Amino acid sequence: MFDPAIILAGVLNGLLAGGVYVLVAVGLTLIYGVLHIINFAHGSLLMLAMYAVFFLWRLLGVDPYVALPVVIAGAFVFGYLLYRGVIGRLSHGRDENILLITLGLSIVIDNLALLFFGGDTQTIDVSYGPDLQLGVAFLPVPKVVSFAASLLICAALGLYMARSDTGKAIRAVARERQGARLAGIDVPNIFAISYGIGIACLGAAACLLMPTYYVTPVSGHAFVLVAFTIVVLGGMGSFLGAAVGGLLIGVVESLGGLFLGEQLGQIGISAIFILILLLKPTGLFGGAR
Amino acid sequence: MATSRKHPVSRRGFMAGTTALAAGTLGFPAIGGAQAATVKVGLIHPVTGFVAYNGQQGRLGATMAIEDVNKAGGIKAMGGARLEALLGDSQSKVEVGVSEVEKMNGAGVAAYIGCFQSPVGIAASQAASKYGTPFLIDVGASDQLVTRGLKNTFRLMPGFGVSVEQGISSLGALNNAANGVAKSAVIVHESGEFGTGTAKLLASKLPSIGISVKEVIGHDNPTRNFDNIALRIRSMAPDLVMMSNYQNEYMLLARTLHQQKVNLAGFFSILGGGFNYKFVKEMPDVAQYMMDVNHWFNPKSAKAQALKKRVEAGGALFTFEVYLAYSTVMLLAQSLEHAGSADKEKLTAAIAGSTFNAELMPYRETRFVNGQNQGARPAVLQALKGDIQVIGPEDVASAKAVFPRPKFT
Repeated sequence: MFDPAIILAGVLNGLLAGGVYVLVAVGLTLIYGVLHIINFAHGSLLMLAMYAVFFLWRLLGVDPYVALPVVIAGAFVFGYLLYRGVIGRLSHGRDENILLITLGLSIVIDNLALLFFGGDTQTIDVSYGPDLQLGVAFLPVPKVVSFAASLLICAALGLYMARSDTGKAIRAVARERQGARLAGIDVPNIFAISYGIGIACLGAAACLLMPTYYVTPVSGHAFVLVAFTIVVLGGMGSFLGAAVGGLLIGVVESLGGLFLGEQLGQIGISAIFILILLLKPTGLFGGAR
Repeated sequence: MATSRKHPVSRRGFMAGTTALAAGTLGFPAIGGAQAATVKVGLIHPVTGFVAYNGQQGRLGATMAIEDVNKAGGIKAMGGARLEALLGDSQSKVEVGVSEVEKMNGAGVAAYIGCFQSPVGIAASQAASKYGTPFLIDVGASDQLVTRGLKNTFRLMPGFGVSVEQGISSLGALNNAANGVAKSAVIVHESGEFGTGTAKLLASKLPSIGISVKEVIGHDNPTRNFDNIALRIRSMAPDLVMMSNYQNEYMLLARTLHQQKVNLAGFFSILGGGFNYKFVKEMPDVAQYMMDVNHWFNPKSAKAQALKKRVEAGGALFTFEVYLAYSTVMLLAQSLEHAGSADKEKLTAAIAGSTFNAELMPYRETRFVNGQNQGARPAVLQALKGDIQVIGPEDVASAKAVFPRPKFT
């Protein structure tokens, strides 16, 4: 049995890891909530954003946190144009086509990244001072920053969705596409904006991840499976669900790893996934937007 | 803090280079005069997928060697026959590696070289044995590769059995010299054939040098977060952490243990996938004093130093995949010279009886027993001040080991 202080440290580590999961999952759930499709290119686009952060640092010396607004804006524009130029155009209005297009995009993006960036692991070695010590827990500053920033960005996004005209239009389209169109909302534009915001969340996640993680052409996929689980746990399309689910999954993964070992520890995530599908298929906050 | 570094090899350049080489050798035979025969060599590496970098490095070394053999006049015993590279991508997947074997067999390949990952090498060499085609493992740590009784499979490099033995004996000597400061260890390994096999061997042999194993911890590929493993290690307070994993997880685990200030007498890895120049130069503080038993070039070999310069001039790193693949192609070329033919039986017999001088590495004379080169031996390495030094075997050592490492304050 572990010392309670070690268990507390495990919980803290889980919460910090969950913070970034939240951002990845929020992007996924937003795209699902509005477009009603699972974005299979999510991992690949996260990887692209991570490379953007890496090259901004490598070539221009831009700190990942300083790069945050630039990468978020760039990711939004990229996502918006990707939807306008490729996904929306090729889908011909059919959701099942979008699934295939995002899957195809994922394959193309991964292989282009391999061709242009190579398969080598790229890291950013940035020092943000000594780790914070809380009892036996050493909390690396970048992980604390990423946790706080993730929650702040989610809260700001939630506020934007609740208060702004665009946010209201997005929510209207998510609830009743035809009705929104009759009310004069430019639905294809809202689709593209929603997709852009989803990818902007990945841009933010990339800036927060890179000081402690690495990027390769396949590294984004490591976060997608866990993001899918969070979206199902929290309720598809629910922001609050993604936030609570992300932190919960982070803690479950951490304690599972601590008590059962890294391999068996992942069972906790799968068990939650199965239980939620059996007992509450709409998720913890399904329907709440 | 941002630091400026030389940009790594241009992948476009690498892809263009290897594609052009393949096109040059496959598609456009020399015009004019009598054309020498060609010998097709199947290169199967994971140039895409999660170990793509390692596969690309292996392909780089092999294609450089083929280029050198052809520039030097080809296989003279076969009238100057040129080597042709058939480039295969296992995509880091077993079934794809096997399908590459089948495709290349249809193209009339004389020998295969590959595959970096042990499970792919095991399946691919098994598939090649159906046709009696020689299969040379350039990189592949599992000893299963050469213990299945396959007559067609050869490995120039040492497997994890020899590497663990070398590691255990070196660690024992280091520990004795430090008055037995290390009494316990935790082993962390990736959950595939390579990591699991190495960890089992380590766990069985560490007690023989007076070090008890507190726990053996496996992890998946990829693993996003090593905080929990670091916490478990801290709660057990071992003297040593022994690691056996691929590049990304190796680097992430080392960084996490450093961040969590886990105090140890030493980090010691066997065939540590991430212990290379890139890791040591990009994270010198994390890497400082870490030790590894691994493939390494002989720092006292002029040929190795010359090849290192060439590779680095092209913007690539001189990683073990490069010189192991390069040497394996050279072994094949010399065996073709001895066989005087690409006939599979004659070529297999020539490789089996080869006394190839693998001078790029600190090996003894090549002698194959059941397909394994008995002269192969790994080097014991330590990261010191942002560089990698050879601390054993003594005859090729470039520095003295620092053990135990200074503690975190």
